Amino acid sequence: MDLTSLLVLAGFGAFHGLNPAMGWLFAVALGLQERSRDGVLRALPPIVFGHAGSVLITLGLVSAARLAAPPKAVSYGVAAVVCAFGLWRLLKRRHPRWVGMKVTRWQLAGWSFLMATAHGAGLMVLPVTLLGGHEGHGGHGGHDAAALASQSLLATGVHTVAMLVTTTVLALVVYERLGVSVLRKAWFNLDLAWAVALIGAGAFAALT
Amino acid sequence: MPLIQPDPTFYPSAREAMLAPPEELAYVALLDPAGGRPDGLATIDLSDGSIIDVHDMSVPGDELHHFGWNVCSAALCPYAPHPHVERRYLVLPGLRSSRIYIFDVKDDPRHPKLVKTIEPETVFKKTGYSRPHTVHCGTDAIYVSALGNVNGDAPGGVFTLDHDTFEPKGRWESDRGSQRLHYDFWWHLGHDTMITSEWGTPNQIEPGPSLELLVGRQYGHRLHVWDLAKRRHLQEIDLGDQHQMALELRPAHDPTKTHGFVNTVINVEDLSANIFTWYLEDDLWKARKTITIPAEPADPDLLPEPLKQFGAVPPLVSDISLTLDDRILLVSAWGTGELKAYDVSDPFAPRETGSIRIGGIARRDAHPAAPGRALNGGPQMVEASRDGRRVYFTNSLYRSWDDVFYPDGISSWMAKVDIADDGSIALDPGFFVDFAADGRRAHQIRLQGGDSSSDSYCFP
Repeated sequence: MDLTSLLVLAGFGAFHGLNPAMGWLFAVALGLQERSRDGVLRALPPIVFGHAGSVLITLGLVSAARLAAPPKAVSYGVAAVVCAFGLWRLLKRRHPRWVGMKVTRWQLAGWSFLMATAHGAGLMVLPVTLLGGHEGHGGHGGHDAAALASQSLLATGVHTVAMLVTTTVLALVVYERLGVSVLRKAWFNLDLAWAVALIGAGAFAALT
Repeated sequence: MPLIQPDPTFYPSAREAMLAPPEELAYVALLDPAGGRPDGLATIDLSDGSIIDVHDMSVPGDELHHFGWNVCSAALCPYAPHPHVERRYLVLPGLRSSRIYIFDVKDDPRHPKLVKTIEPETVFKKTGYSRPHTVHCGTDAIYVSALGNVNGDAPGGVFTLDHDTFEPKGRWESDRGSQRLHYDFWWHLGHDTMITSEWGTPNQIEPGPSLELLVGRQYGHRLHVWDLAKRRHLQEIDLGDQHQMALELRPAHDPTKTHGFVNTVINVEDLSANIFTWYLEDDLWKARKTITIPAEPADPDLLPEPLKQFGAVPPLVSDISLTLDDRILLVSAWGTGELKAYDVSDPFAPRETGSIRIGGIARRDAHPAAPGRALNGGPQMVEASRDGRRVYFTNSLYRSWDDVFYPDGISSWMAKVDIADDGSIALDPGFFVDFAADGRRAHQIRLQGGDSSSDSYCFP
């Protein structure tokens, strides 16, 4: 995986971390509810863990597909799924609901996993990880499982670290300094950007 | 179209909502008492109390009562965030007909437009409930309470409407436990807890108040506590069966707090009305009586038939309102014609800070805008502005009950008091909306942009 890919992965991580719907806002709310910064910090690991889980599972499934199918087929398949998901996000508004404000760590991780999955977080990252597949390998069986697994782990790791940093900084700055009133102006609707990013990533997968 | 930034009327916390600009318009539900005309939705210009517009419903007989918004500040809640929706639709249930009207106030806030009607059959089929009453915008749907089942009997309960399409999604409860009667509901979002209250079944209340049911202590007198996320009944709190009709629920707006207030209309032992404070202690929800408003002796000649034997007017507290800072509780005594204010900073030791008199079964106090004119009805539906400075109220309770306590026929009005820093209240002599010419009776008031019973918050 080259530097560009790593930067793109990190960039997507920061983009996901920025989105209040991906968890930092939940962490702030839980901290405010118990009036403690520790509450904010305690909530972050499960949130990041759930997000990473969603990304890793998506990448893992596609890696498995790459072992079994020709790279072109996988690329086009990924392109179709990611684009379709982007379009669906563009057209359909949803209000996912699973938990309330009283959550255990596992519920918080599960919530984050569902939010990331429902938003297609892993799908957005996916096309970047296919890049390596076209270089030097041709035809069926050009990958070995170990290489793919380590690549998926590395991609998820880079993405997750970037997400963790962004989310933590935002949660603490909002909790300590800005206050949640900042949401009234600064909570931009990322749905459109998110859908465009997905469609762009899908197109990228088809064209490379 | 989704918005780019959150709807400007959404506030993360009640504290911040208090900084909202003053309201300019009020929407008021009007009920036709005679039964021949449709009910109406009135729009009031609050700068001078003029009636700008009255939009008639499609058919007569709905009996509009309470209503609410499609979405509110709860859309900012972090576990189900969707802040880029618009507060633009009013959801108006017909308490008698079970029809639900959706009005759009966005394009012309001074002239709401009817955009959708949900027919009673749809409500019956999808939810199994009838007589929709309270509407609250929730974190994931619009929640509506219903007084009874399709036959007008128990159980009443809660159903939800889709945020976007307004189609009924079905019954809310997964396990109702011991709950049968229903009236109001609200929640502590920070604790995933819903509280519900009890009036009576539609068959018990629609013919008018029954002395037999009252003496038999058959009306509701309990609160029910629910797990909001799991939709399960957790426990009931019996306020005592002498306290008949537990109505309006006003939980603290701060989601970290675990107390709230409920009014009981009449104590059958002494005709008093009472306010209870509910609270959480050692993982158990409990309630304690914190305000008693006694009956007032009156000349039997001035009293309607059912009250003559007592020679006293029961206060009949029918509605309460809590300012967004959880500090001032407004209490409507519809029978005695009094609006009272209490400082409830200590929720277990309310301190009376103000009182005004207007209307009343025996007193018929006038409004300063028309000093010589005896008014009937009394303070009933009461709504405080978001900044906690102004309180608006109307004078009609419920058609068949109005006619028993005010048999001369309620002539409807809406008035306003200002709250001073010390919690005292004074009637605004320049604000008096007279619905006598229209002939219909005013019920719930909703203030443009939100008020003290329209929104709930996930942040303290």
